Amino acid sequence: MAMRSISRTALRDIALVCVADAIVGASFGAIAVSGGFDPWVPVVMSLIVFAGGAQFAAIGIVMGGGGVVAAVATGLVLNARLLPFGFAVADVLKGRVYGAQLITDETVAFALKGRDARERHDYFWVSGLALFAAWNVSVVVGALAGTFIGDTDALGLDAMFPAVLLALIMPALAERRVRVPVLVGGAIALAASTVLPAGVPVLLSLLGLLARPKEA
Amino acid sequence: MDMPIAAIVVLAAGTLAFRLAGPLFRDRVRIPPRLEDLLSVAALVLLFALVVTSSFAGWARPAGVLVAGVLAIRKAPFPVIVIAAAATTAVLRLIGVP
Repeated sequence: MAMRSISRTALRDIALVCVADAIVGASFGAIAVSGGFDPWVPVVMSLIVFAGGAQFAAIGIVMGGGGVVAAVATGLVLNARLLPFGFAVADVLKGRVYGAQLITDETVAFALKGRDARERHDYFWVSGLALFAAWNVSVVVGALAGTFIGDTDALGLDAMFPAVLLALIMPALAERRVRVPVLVGGAIALAASTVLPAGVPVLLSLLGLLARPKEA
Repeated sequence: MDMPIAAIVVLAAGTLAFRLAGPLFRDRVRIPPRLEDLLSVAALVLLFALVVTSSFAGWARPAGVLVAGVLAIRKAPFPVIVIAAAATTAVLRLIGVP
C-alpha cells in the first residue's frame, strides 16, 4: 500500500480531524464510565462499532432509562447512512474489504476529495487508520479518566453529552432542507417524551422527515 | 448501568452490514440519490431528538446545553463548546439551581 499522493495540506487536515475526534472520543469514554458503565463497554463498543454518533446514542438512551432495544435500534438507524457511503468508496476497498470497518463520515469525506483513484485510495486509508487509532486510544483514556471522577453531576458532565451532539450537528442545520425536519422531529420527540417511555420518543422523531421541504 | 455484550455485538454487526453492502454489491445495486439524502437527514433528526430528550432535567442541565447551542451557532471551537456547557451547569448547581 504505497502512500505517495498525500499532500502536506491533506496530512494536516487529517491530523486536525484526528485531534477533534480524539476530544470527542475522550468525552465519550468519560461520559459512559461516569454515567455508570463498566470501562470495557465504551472501549469494546468503540473498537467494533466505530461510529461516534451511534455510540453516543446507544449509551445515552440506556443512561436515560430507554432500554437496550431502543438503544440498538436508534444506533442502527443512525448508521444506515453508512450504506450509501459504502457504495461511494467501494472502488477504494477493492480487494481489501476489511477496510469497510473504517467507513465513517470523516473518512468518506476525505476519500471523495481525491482527484483520482490513487488519491482517493490514499486519503481513505491514511485518514481511516489514523482516525481508528485516535478514536480508540482516546476512548480508553477517557474511560480511565472517568473512573477517577467522583461526583459527575457537580462537574456538569451530564450536560456534556447533549452539548457534544449539538456541536457536531449544528453546522448541518445551516441548510433549511435539513433544519426543518430536524426541528419538527425534535418537537415530536419532546412532546412524546412527556407520555412515552424513554427511547421511543427518539425513534418517533423520524416522523419529522415527513416535513422535509420539497426541493426547488 | 448495564449494556449487555450481545447488544453491542448486534449494533456492531448491523453497522458492519451497512458498511459492507457497497463494497460487496456495487456492481449489482445502485443507491438512489434520494435514499442517500433521506438517510443522512434521518441521522441528523435522530441526533437532535437525542439532544432534546436528554437535555431536560432540572434547570442547570438545559441551561448548559443552551450555552452550547449559542456557542455552536457562533462557531466556537469544539472543546470550548463542550467545556462551557459543563461549566455552566456546574456553576448553576454550585449556587443551588437544581
